[in-house]
Amino acid sequence: MENNEPVDQERRKFIKTVCMGVAAVALSPAAFKILGPSEALAFVQNTKRRWVFLVDTNKCIGCGFCVKACKQENEIAYDAPVSRTWVERYVVKKDGDTLIDSPKAGRDGFIDAAIEGQAVPPSEIAKGFFVPKLCNQCENPPCVQVCPVGATYQIKEGIVMVDRKWCIGCGYCIEACPYSARFFNPELKVAEKCNFCYHRTVKGLKPACVQNCPVGARQIGNIKDPDDPVTKIVLNERVSVLKEEYGTDPQAYYLGLDRSVR
Amino acid sequence: MIHPVIVHGSEWTVKELFVYPNEYIYWGIQIVMYPFMTGLVAGAFVLSSLYHVFARQELKRIAKFSLIFSFALLWAAPLPLLLHLQQPLRCEEVFFTPHFTSAIAAFGMVYSLYFAIVSMEIWFIYRRYFVEQAKALVGRKGWLNQARRVTYGVLTLGAWDIGHDAIEKDEKVTKILASTGIPVACFLHGYAGFIFGSVKANAMWMTPLMPVIFIVSAAVSGIALCILFYSLINLWRSKSAMPKKELDAVRMATKYLLIFLVFAISLELLDMVFRGYTAMKSWNILRSVIYEKDFLSIFLFQYFCGNLVPLIILLRKPLSMGKILTATTLILFGVFMMRWNVVIGGQAFSLSWAGFMHFELPIIPHSLETYKEGLLGALTIIMLPFLFFFALNKLIPTLEKD
Amino acid sequence: MHNHVIRPFLVVLAVFVILITVRHFFVPKDFKVGDRGFMYSYHRQGNEKEWADFKVKYQSREYCADCHDENFKKIIASPHKIIQCENCHGPAVGHPDTIEKLPIDKSRELCERCHTKLNYPTSLRGQIKGIDPQQHYPGKECCSCHDPHHPNGPSRTVDNNLAGTNLKETGAAINGK
Repeated sequence: MENNEPVDQERRKFIKTVCMGVAAVALSPAAFKILGPSEALAFVQNTKRRWVFLVDTNKCIGCGFCVKACKQENEIAYDAPVSRTWVERYVVKKDGDTLIDSPKAGRDGFIDAAIEGQAVPPSEIAKGFFVPKLCNQCENPPCVQVCPVGATYQIKEGIVMVDRKWCIGCGYCIEACPYSARFFNPELKVAEKCNFCYHRTVKGLKPACVQNCPVGARQIGNIKDPDDPVTKIVLNERVSVLKEEYGTDPQAYYLGLDRSVR
Repeated sequence: MIHPVIVHGSEWTVKELFVYPNEYIYWGIQIVMYPFMTGLVAGAFVLSSLYHVFARQELKRIAKFSLIFSFALLWAAPLPLLLHLQQPLRCEEVFFTPHFTSAIAAFGMVYSLYFAIVSMEIWFIYRRYFVEQAKALVGRKGWLNQARRVTYGVLTLGAWDIGHDAIEKDEKVTKILASTGIPVACFLHGYAGFIFGSVKANAMWMTPLMPVIFIVSAAVSGIALCILFYSLINLWRSKSAMPKKELDAVRMATKYLLIFLVFAISLELLDMVFRGYTAMKSWNILRSVIYEKDFLSIFLFQYFCGNLVPLIILLRKPLSMGKILTATTLILFGVFMMRWNVVIGGQAFSLSWAGFMHFELPIIPHSLETYKEGLLGALTIIMLPFLFFFALNKLIPTLEKD
Repeated sequence: MHNHVIRPFLVVLAVFVILITVRHFFVPKDFKVGDRGFMYSYHRQGNEKEWADFKVKYQSREYCADCHDENFKKIIASPHKIIQCENCHGPAVGHPDTIEKLPIDKSRELCERCHTKLNYPTSLRGQIKGIDPQQHYPGKECCSCHDPHHPNGPSRTVDNNLAGTNLKETGAAINGK
């Protein structure tokens, strides 16, 4: 046994070194951040608000006022085909065929009964409905994870924002979003996305799309507040989210989604 | 508005059926060029390291050339990214505020490290030459000679000792650098594969095999380009048939090329078979892309012309110069098509899985954007390493003379 | 002569030091890790303030009601009470201080957003009283017959065949009564 001791020690030392090396590599710089008392207090207070979105596809009439308002409120080139929010139209025929479109992102509403160039007679339509889409402000946003320079980030209220002065325009975040909620701002040449109208919510206003929806199909709420009407619906009714399988934990909840919705 | 507002991507994307409004082919030809170029860098370096690390004497003649060529390629490798960026003037942020959870953030670190290793390796190999040149040029007339003398003097970094011991030390360090360079080169290219393989939103890209496939195909393309370019230079210099020595070196290199090629083909086939066999939800749309939309560029261009034909050519003995030139050209084309099929093919379908996007490469540019992201931008990138190489050749001899 | 091997490494080190120095001056001081850790909130903190200061354009109809009391009362009593003023009149930012008159969208296309008949079961849209734009007085402005502030009221012209009890029913359906 005595003979083995130096070897054991040597081994122990080796293992220790390896472990420390692995730990040093594995820990991100964030792990070294130690919260002071005031910071810790601020952190607790800050988590009192987490914005979520609720879309009722039963109610949406496809008027497109949300898209129109969003583009004007957020200064997104009006005639560009890209948009922070958009409305999709689904027509499921009785033979099971599904037709989908979103002309001009739904900015001008749906004023033509023809979809994908097909005029479907009402007798052949099994289901027809509209699905408004926007950034899901995911709890695990893959778009933020992949930004190489820290130009996009999530704030304590859960909203993912883009730093227009720091974005290098590589497009990685656009590729990483499973919902295609991102695009390049055609005028500023930086990544662009919905931020639940952060400039409005900080002032106590509702996002432009919510305010301008005539039928209440779009609502915003604070999931941390049990008395919030949106929270009540999310907690008590049968809601679903889009593309849950990607593990992004999306925070835009939907009522009345169909399996044909992409 | 005075300027027409053009959405990035709209000039080369044609949509079919239902595609989300914000979806375009955002990663165009320059993102095809980027892994292609870094792949060439890594491959050329691997070839040179086969000699420096594993002492493959028969590769000696082509090894030095490969190292310098790898260096020339290295200068051009980040340029596709630069041309692709919408805000190229902010590129330094990748070095200053790297967000390491992003694969692209690794670029600054890995590229710089690799650049340092290759430069140092070249310095140790050519230090003796720098010293000899600087000494020989002393007292020679003419400003050009004096400028050259000063340049070589600076390049020696003040290390003038070229005695036996000093040179032996150089060789030792060269070997260490060459061996550390291999993993770094693999990492440089592996992370390029990781950039794609880790995008969970994209069913075509997301596979852990992606970095491995990228590394192996990198070795294939880099070795093929070195063989091709080296042979052409030698053919041009000797004015007639290739010297026996050079032909032997090239033949030896093709053996390694074959090994890597077989690996690359196996991995790519494994990936495709696996996708078809497991047939996950996304397979429906992937199948229509692979077997219908991109059938020609995947099966005819990449697998048949780029893999199968050169494989058969290289397997048939004896290896003539003509066969080698044809095979390596086809292989380079095949690897390029593989990058194309990954990058463009990965964006050929909508994330809604209900529609398709077709890429139309801008041929004749009508704006800076269509130049950068078009055929001419890609050709500019391809030409640059050769220009760098000829410039480097003025400073240091890369080809053995005897 | 000492060990010359160290020299190129010194050059690399020098480049590294230069880079670190430049970084020190280049990167804003408020660029740091935020509430959600390095992965999700490594950013320039000042940007949050910049976004908070972004200009609000849509003011909501309470803002309009301050001056346009009459129109406000009229529409609030009609099925169109669910429609915000700014959807037809445009965002009210700057009005009346810098923009004296807001442009009014009187196009057919605006009304068609809701009133093009789409027979969709499972959607509220299917219940809205609608028309076929190609059949129903094509080319004519809707508001030459209908009053958008009072759509189910008396028609502006005699030949209006839309006014009737049906409209009240649809209005009630949309308003959830």
